[in-house]
Amino acid sequence: MIPDNIMVFLEIIIVTLSIVTTVIYGLVKYKPTAELKEIWLRIRTWWMMIIIFMIAILLGPVISLVFFALLSFLALREFLSLIPTRSVDRPTLLCVYLTIPMQYLLIANGNYEIFVIFVPLIVFLFLASSMVLAGETPGFISAISTLNWGLMLTVYLLGYVGFVLVITSDGGLITSNAVLVLFLVFLTELNDVAQYTFGKLFGTTTAIIKVSPNKTAEGFAGGLSITILSAVLIGPWLTSLTTWESLIAGILIGVAGFLGDITISAVKRDLGIKDTGRLLPGHGGVLDRVDSLLFTAPVFFHYIYQFKLY
Amino acid sequence: MFKILRYCIHMLLIRPFLLGFVGLNLIYRERLPASGAAILVANHNSHLDVPAIISLFPLGLLDKFRPVGARGYFFRNRVLAWCAIHLFRLIPLNRDRFLPSDGDPLHECSRALEKNEILIIFPEGTRGIPGQLGPFKPGISHLARRHPDVPVIPIFIDGTGKVLPKDAYIPVPFVCDVYIGNAVRWNGDKKMFLQIIRQEILNMNNQLPHFATDPNHEILNQIY
Repeated sequence: MIPDNIMVFLEIIIVTLSIVTTVIYGLVKYKPTAELKEIWLRIRTWWMMIIIFMIAILLGPVISLVFFALLSFLALREFLSLIPTRSVDRPTLLCVYLTIPMQYLLIANGNYEIFVIFVPLIVFLFLASSMVLAGETPGFISAISTLNWGLMLTVYLLGYVGFVLVITSDGGLITSNAVLVLFLVFLTELNDVAQYTFGKLFGTTTAIIKVSPNKTAEGFAGGLSITILSAVLIGPWLTSLTTWESLIAGILIGVAGFLGDITISAVKRDLGIKDTGRLLPGHGGVLDRVDSLLFTAPVFFHYIYQFKLY
Repeated sequence: MFKILRYCIHMLLIRPFLLGFVGLNLIYRERLPASGAAILVANHNSHLDVPAIISLFPLGLLDKFRPVGARGYFFRNRVLAWCAIHLFRLIPLNRDRFLPSDGDPLHECSRALEKNEILIIFPEGTRGIPGQLGPFKPGISHLARRHPDVPVIPIFIDGTGKVLPKDAYIPVPFVCDVYIGNAVRWNGDKKMFLQIIRQEILNMNNQLPHFATDPNHEILNQIY
């Protein structure tokens, strides 16, 4: 039922992670510095995340969509907990959570036309009306802007991961596009890790942007190269993309991932916090982990959708 | 009988709701002694404060927690009284002035501590506005003086006042953080003792970014 290349791909990921885990374990035993302990904590959380994600993908599209809906819920809850909210907007905020099941029902039905306007248009109009009818003008612009922006990030953009899964469906759910989701999520996370690793190992130039002092030109270039290389190697074998199409996908994911990453960094800087939450030990919150995916998912989706690459 | 019901409701309803839907974090957990009696002293903004604290600890400890609440408030209607007694094992306290003939108002609290139970006390006496710590009532000093060996642990709860504020009936999910402070021992001075605990809770509050403590729009208003 599950294509062989998916199983092989998942095995490669598990073997690679096992090797990394062994090396880091050895390093922590040999020289337990605070930084290595942090990396060890991160790897343990990686195992947890990868196992949950793999189970969600292998159990079929319905479970996968439920998983992405939960991810949206956790990310939205995190965002709403971080931003200042007005007590008068409590009923509106409760309704905002209901947009998640609605959004994912649209995705499950493969209803593309409504999916693309649901959050940016329908929910946008509803929120404005609901908050105006609540009748409190002080702080109105800030409250409605932050709320809409959070919804766009956590429900609309993240929803594109779900839509990549059902992209060829015409009404029903299909399984064959799990490869595209795996390809997207794998490259996005690899890009994250590679940019971080290259930045740590070879980063010498000062920050290339004001937002995050940890982002160096070396990190970005190294991460991007690894992502493109992996895309070219994996794409033609795992998915229906050709080598050239995979290369472009790699560039798009590398650049969009970087921009998504620093966008959430900017949010955190503005709010004066280090992590968006505490759900993932070593990583921070859910938003800290999916930050790159927020940007890569819609970019990747529209790339393959417009050029009919699925 | 009620014990089984209590465990079931906590395990199947209260915990999944708070840990899954609302979202709770426990910070500095190691500061709570592993065994023995303790007095937890927390700020109070919501009815969810007690369930939030209890849900963050293993289910096996459920019957060790004894929240202290106002008799006049919790016993005014039967549903509330039933929940308070059977779900949370509330120790009722008279909020009004005592006459010497009433006997010892803290008798039940003392007995609970002697049985190695953990008291949860809100010294503000009522639910206040999130981000503002009201004046403390002196009850915890009396208890600490009577039980100088029992650690008094300041607790700061952030977020429950957004999930379910004082006048609200429907909870809205926001992640809540429960911070455990450094244990304070009875130092012989009632006023100083209260002040130290209060300061510890305020310190934990001040570690937050300023906006996070205020669910109202006062911060937003500063823009204008």
